[in-house]
Amino acid sequence: MSTTYRFTLNGKAAEVEGPPMARLLDVLRRDLGLTGSKEGCGEGECGACTVLLDNEAVCSCLVPLFQVEGASITTVEGLAPEDKVTELQRVFANEGGAQCGACTPGMMVTLKALLDRHPKPTRDQIREYVSGTLCRCTGYERIFRAVEVLTGQRAAEGEPAAPGGEVSRT
Amino acid sequence: MSLAWSPKTLVEAREALARGATKVAGATDLLVIDHATGRQHESVLNVLGIAELQGIRVEADQLSIGAASTFTQIRQSPEVAKHAPLLAHAAATIGAAQIQNRATLGGNIANASPAGDSLPALLALGAMIMVSGTREQRLVPYNAFHTGYRKSVLGPDELIERVLIPLPSPAVQVFRKVGTRAAQAISKVVVGFASDRLDRHVLANVRLAMGSVAPVPVRLHEVEVLIEDNPLTAELADRAAALVEKTIWPIDDVRSTAEYRRHVAGQVVRRLLLDLLEAPRA
Repeated sequence: MSTTYRFTLNGKAAEVEGPPMARLLDVLRRDLGLTGSKEGCGEGECGACTVLLDNEAVCSCLVPLFQVEGASITTVEGLAPEDKVTELQRVFANEGGAQCGACTPGMMVTLKALLDRHPKPTRDQIREYVSGTLCRCTGYERIFRAVEVLTGQRAAEGEPAAPGGEVSRT
Repeated sequence: MSLAWSPKTLVEAREALARGATKVAGATDLLVIDHATGRQHESVLNVLGIAELQGIRVEADQLSIGAASTFTQIRQSPEVAKHAPLLAHAAATIGAAQIQNRATLGGNIANASPAGDSLPALLALGAMIMVSGTREQRLVPYNAFHTGYRKSVLGPDELIERVLIPLPSPAVQVFRKVGTRAAQAISKVVVGFASDRLDRHVLANVRLAMGSVAPVPVRLHEVEVLIEDNPLTAELADRAAALVEKTIWPIDDVRSTAEYRRHVAGQVVRRLLLDLLEAPRA
């Protein structure tokens, strides 16, 4: 039996009809067309499907639809206004934080949750947060550096930002 | 066809419990199995919003932890840090942030995996489980809660309401876990140790609990008695390790072998005792 569930998605009201135990990841990708969240392992180990559920990082492959009724969800698509990127995304790109890209959407959301809690995270805090979001290129050093450049704890090494400090998404 | 309930109180949860609905907390194990096997539930009960299952507080002579408390909440609780650092330490090793934000203490217990990381901590702390449902509320000592591999005394019409840890809690509390890697691994061996300390070489009221070495989390009573009856020395640490290896009955599975688990379980206990010897005030 399908039921209608209502929640806030990237700041806007959303309504989805589905079975109560549908995985939030499938609802986002198939029903709502938000394919930024990726399925890696489907077991809560890789973090590629990470979204914010009431501002906390969670694996969307492990959240049943009926538990998000009334909640607020932010996906990687909701981090920046349309066609823009966040400072984190800009620095991440400039510092080579993104390699093959498989972990990047989940990494963006995970790092957003980290920076919301620790505006100037220590290396250990970064490492601990990122431990649930696997980079299959093992490019963690670049990821750590991008965070530290963003928070002013390290000088930039990457290319200068595009004019206006904004990079087109496409 | 599936029915779903998201009650706010235990009274509102009664209908779902009476129907034997599948209880859903953080779903971090449940949905993995559902998705892998195609398992369907006739009806589901979301326990996360039930008021009686919330909050962590100190009551007269116990630390009372709501079953719906997530491991993030347990890690961050000043009450848990003060009275049950063993449990706080265990909570910090369960998955990564994404899992700790969802997985609950009640879920870890009800799921009844022998590898559950919080479970040896609860055994070592002498926890009691408050069980509620359509029948009368009851208190079950945690050491009598599991009845076999992934089995427990919990009825289909019951749920775990709270976990109670008697106070004052033991002065010495140590958690150890061996997994494939330091972060978010499922345990090969997990150890919870609690005791009082009379002086540098005398430990009393020893509780030594292990996970992943038997069908249920277990206390190693023979080893506890050995440690209580003898002065804490390097020689005792060796004897305890040898006795651990004789006492446990681990299995070969996808994560490890029985032989490895047996050896490493003994060594974890040996080092734990040596560390206590080196840090007399720990």
